[in-house]
Amino acid sequence: MSEAWTINSVRAAIAAKKASAREIAAEYYRRIAEQNGKLNAFLTLCENRAYAQADRIDALIAAGKPLPPLAGVPIAIKDVISTREVRTTCGSKILSNYIPPYDATAVLRLEAAGAVILGKTNCDEFAMGSSNENSAYGPVENPAAPGCVPGGSSGGSAAVVAADLAVAALGTDTGGSIRQPGGFCGIPAMMGSYGRVSRYGLVAFASSLDRIGPFARSVADVAKVLQIIAGRDPQDSTSTTAPVEDYSAALSNPVKGLRIGIAKQYFAEGMDEGVRKKIAAGIELYKKLGCEIVDIAMPHTDYAIATYYIIATAEASSNLARYDGVRFGPRVEGDTLIAMYRKTRGAGFGSEVKRRIVLGTYVLSAGYYDAYYLKGQKVRALIANDFRKAFEKVDAIVTPTSPVPPFRLGERANDPLQMYLADIYTVTGSLAGIPGISVPCGRIDGKLPVGLQIFGPAFGEARVLQLAHAFEQAGGATL
Amino acid sequence: MKISREDVLRVADLAYLDLSEAELETYRAQIDEILEYIGKLNELDTSKVEPMAQVLSDDQTADATLREDLVVPSAVAEDILKQAPDAEPPYFRVPKVIER
Repeated sequence: MSEAWTINSVRAAIAAKKASAREIAAEYYRRIAEQNGKLNAFLTLCENRAYAQADRIDALIAAGKPLPPLAGVPIAIKDVISTREVRTTCGSKILSNYIPPYDATAVLRLEAAGAVILGKTNCDEFAMGSSNENSAYGPVENPAAPGCVPGGSSGGSAAVVAADLAVAALGTDTGGSIRQPGGFCGIPAMMGSYGRVSRYGLVAFASSLDRIGPFARSVADVAKVLQIIAGRDPQDSTSTTAPVEDYSAALSNPVKGLRIGIAKQYFAEGMDEGVRKKIAAGIELYKKLGCEIVDIAMPHTDYAIATYYIIATAEASSNLARYDGVRFGPRVEGDTLIAMYRKTRGAGFGSEVKRRIVLGTYVLSAGYYDAYYLKGQKVRALIANDFRKAFEKVDAIVTPTSPVPPFRLGERANDPLQMYLADIYTVTGSLAGIPGISVPCGRIDGKLPVGLQIFGPAFGEARVLQLAHAFEQAGGATL
Repeated sequence: MKISREDVLRVADLAYLDLSEAELETYRAQIDEILEYIGKLNELDTSKVEPMAQVLSDDQTADATLREDLVVPSAVAEDILKQAPDAEPPYFRVPKVIER
């Protein structure tokens, strides 16, 4: 059973009794046992939970009952998403022994749809990073580009899907943390609009930016997973009641005549030449598919990274106040309550997290709030308005996912600002709250994967998926 | 220089975060560089711009209404206390706060 399963093929094999859900889960655990030592992509496996769920699916078949949409599909979950009775570390020492007492809504919905949760994937600590090198549990290797980072922060989720150690995975995206690792690992990866997927049970980094979304090996499977996790959840007041479209049905709609916006601000100086050529070829492919390419202006793009690192760090400094050695995680004793807090936090957080707490606290502190935080929120409005205006003229916007291809492990680890600048093309959509996907757009010299990003207007997920599917079906991955 | 050693110490105090001498200087230099970069936002005149305080704005079909304030069963206290480094159910225990 070394085949590359899809959601449909798993379901069909189980329905035809060619394989049981338990056998498929066991096959995935065998693959993980073989490959995870090298990749370091899974942090925790939950065999008991997975086999119990697989047995429930096999019992449905034995009883002649209908199969749910994700029946028996092995799925991995990023370790910032809560799983009941399964350790959830957030890639941090400060939660090294944390066992959540409840499931995230997205996880509950996947299991209710028949999915088999295999385990938890490695990530940058509290999802802060672009290379997965900020994990307290070691870096992840990119299975599509050996010796290179898988991207981040959802590097483990991207790697397990690219290496076929899971059929799909959930990641989270705050400034690019789904789309960039998807691009680096050569697989499709999507974040829906802000509010499209419930954040209940997602350990908060930056609450006005955080989103949960899927990785898979085809756009069709990305659509199927998003379909299940999307929709209003009373447990998250920012989850929206906007109707969830039928994403799979939208995939085959013709793309001829759709207007795709291209902004010169997304092809700026410092961009890798190999990436530039692949994205140019991707745009040509859309022309061949009959799309109309329209020049648009996104004048505030260049201010997005500065804006993002104000807002994201400010929100993080507030959200991460809860790690204080009282309610969860290890405690470092101190003579006073305050000393205990300080020592616990000083020892439990890694360097990127501490840097962002200091920066975030600074931009919110008395005397600096207006100059930084308020200014950031105003520029965020300008960036969102760039998109709003653009979508009056075009149906979607195409950009590179990242200005650079996957880089070597360790190559950029010591320069935070340079690492932040690599998020330049993804953070804009994060700030605006709109949906975005990264789809494979060839490999540089046949080796390093390049991702092409498609943005749509808020709640335009179906259109984004439709354009991504058409690109994939037309051979975008082998450009 | 945008941020001094004293600023970092003050902010670390606000955030209840112990930093080593080495961390203090490294973060000061790195954050200084980041703040320098962030300074480019001052190129933009935002005097007439409303800050974006909500992502789900009027033109999106958002439902940010609050739920009814209803009493619902919740029996998680025991599970939650199990995660505490020093629990004495039904309490969390912390170092002494009030001197008498």
